Amino acid sequence: MISFNNVHKAYGDHEVLKGINAEVGKGQVVCLIGPSGSGKSTLLRCVNGLEEYQKGDILIDNDRVNAEAKSIHALRTRVSMVFQRFNLFPHMTALENVMEGPVHVLKESKADARKHAEELLTRVGLSEKMDFYPSALSGGQQQRVAIARALAMKPEAILFDEPTSALDPEMVGEVLQVMRSLAEEHMTMIVVTHEIQFAREVADSVLFLDGGKIVEQGQAREVLTNPQHERTQDFLRRVTHPV
Amino acid sequence: MNDFLTRSAEYLPLLLNGLWLTVAVTVLSLVLATALGLLWALLRTSGVPWLSGPTRVFVELVRGIPILVVLFYIYFVMPELGVDLTAFQAGVIGLALTYSCYIGETFRAGIEAVDKGQIEAAKSIGMKRPMMMRRIVLPQAFKIVMPPYANNSVMLLKDSSQVSVISVAELTMQGKMLASSTFDNMTVFTLVALLYLCLTIPLNLGMGRIEKMLRRSR
Ligand SMILES: Nc1ncnc2c1ncn2[C@@H]1O[C@H](COP(=O)(O)OP(=O)(O)OP(=O)(O)O)[C@@H](O)[C@H]1O
Ligand SMILES: [Mg+2]
Repeated sequence: MISFNNVHKAYGDHEVLKGINAEVGKGQVVCLIGPSGSGKSTLLRCVNGLEEYQKGDILIDNDRVNAEAKSIHALRTRVSMVFQRFNLFPHMTALENVMEGPVHVLKESKADARKHAEELLTRVGLSEKMDFYPSALSGGQQQRVAIARALAMKPEAILFDEPTSALDPEMVGEVLQVMRSLAEEHMTMIVVTHEIQFAREVADSVLFLDGGKIVEQGQAREVLTNPQHERTQDFLRRVTHPV
Repeated sequence: MNDFLTRSAEYLPLLLNGLWLTVAVTVLSLVLATALGLLWALLRTSGVPWLSGPTRVFVELVRGIPILVVLFYIYFVMPELGVDLTAFQAGVIGLALTYSCYIGETFRAGIEAVDKGQIEAAKSIGMKRPMMMRRIVLPQAFKIVMPPYANNSVMLLKDSSQVSVISVAELTMQGKMLASSTFDNMTVFTLVALLYLCLTIPLNLGMGRIEKMLRRSR
């Protein structure tokens, strides 16, 4: 449902993506791994038009993503995003954060949106915290609100950019648990992560990105337990046995 | 002391007339300056070069001209261009124009100080720019901007005394006239100063209160 065809992107003359080809099927979970600066975030942000790309195509169900086009707003409602630093709206409660898009962008009725938002917050384990402002929530709780906010748009896919990297270790699990349950319900997801264990257990396929190119891609278990490429082996050794 | 009080009682009605006009000039100018300031800030941060460029030039020009000159310009030059204004109107417009540029700059700084992640989050749920500004960016910018805005308001109140140069009979002007007819400079200007404090001190306290409330609501 999301396909990358020879995607190129540069900041000025600094080439960041050098011809990305990949395919994310409906209901698939794809983990994007790779060293810092390899272009993972950039690739992800190109999918919902937070960045432009210069060459090639990113297609969402045959609609080309074009950050400059009017259609980008409608497209963004179909592909939600969860950020490393949560980016909850600080002047709204958890519930209001989740209701914001449905009420104001999708023009759902307040009552429907509230009901759905309450269900979603309950689902991510925050039924007690609905009326709390983000500043009164832990990192893990904020990220779960952010996931509920993404889900509230009833998206066809969700993009995660290192959703657990800004969390204290003891909170990583609760967020991964929510993502795992989404995977089980066959939500289409692209996840940038350093959680190799999570990728191994949850992802259908893994893309290893290095220097703006996909060096290796394939079934998660294959790539992560038996990497073919030397750079993948190197990278995995470093993230699983940090010195 | 007794003397001071009896003379004060004598002067006060005239000075209160001036005070009333000072309040009127200040409130009207502040409302106008705030609306215009917001407009300048939105244009400057619009990301559209032919909107932000001219706005920037205009704001820089006005900020570079003393307020007295702006007032003279509006009161004496505009009629030559066929726009007749009363002293009161000219005073309000001059103050509002000048302060819209100061206030606009603080608003712009506030808008730019809102975390970029907020803009990305708003975009990622499909918001278009106007809605994003209204629902996400401006509410956060206002909190950031409140202290300098309060400061601007008090400055505006004090600078409203400048419109006396184009013969608006506000507090300072009334004081000057009264002093020159009674030669009682001491009493008159003490009263004028006290009356200004009666406005600035509550204004400062009120703004401080609002700031505190905003800070708590985060
Ligand atoms: N706005 C920008 N302007 C210029 N260069 C940028 C910009 N954003 C990213 N880059 C560059 O693009 C390259 C890829 O960045 P990107 O953030 O996609 O990497 P990443 O794989 O997500 O890394 P990390 O694991 O550290 O998040 C880096 O070299 C970075 O310096
Ligand atoms: Mg990144």
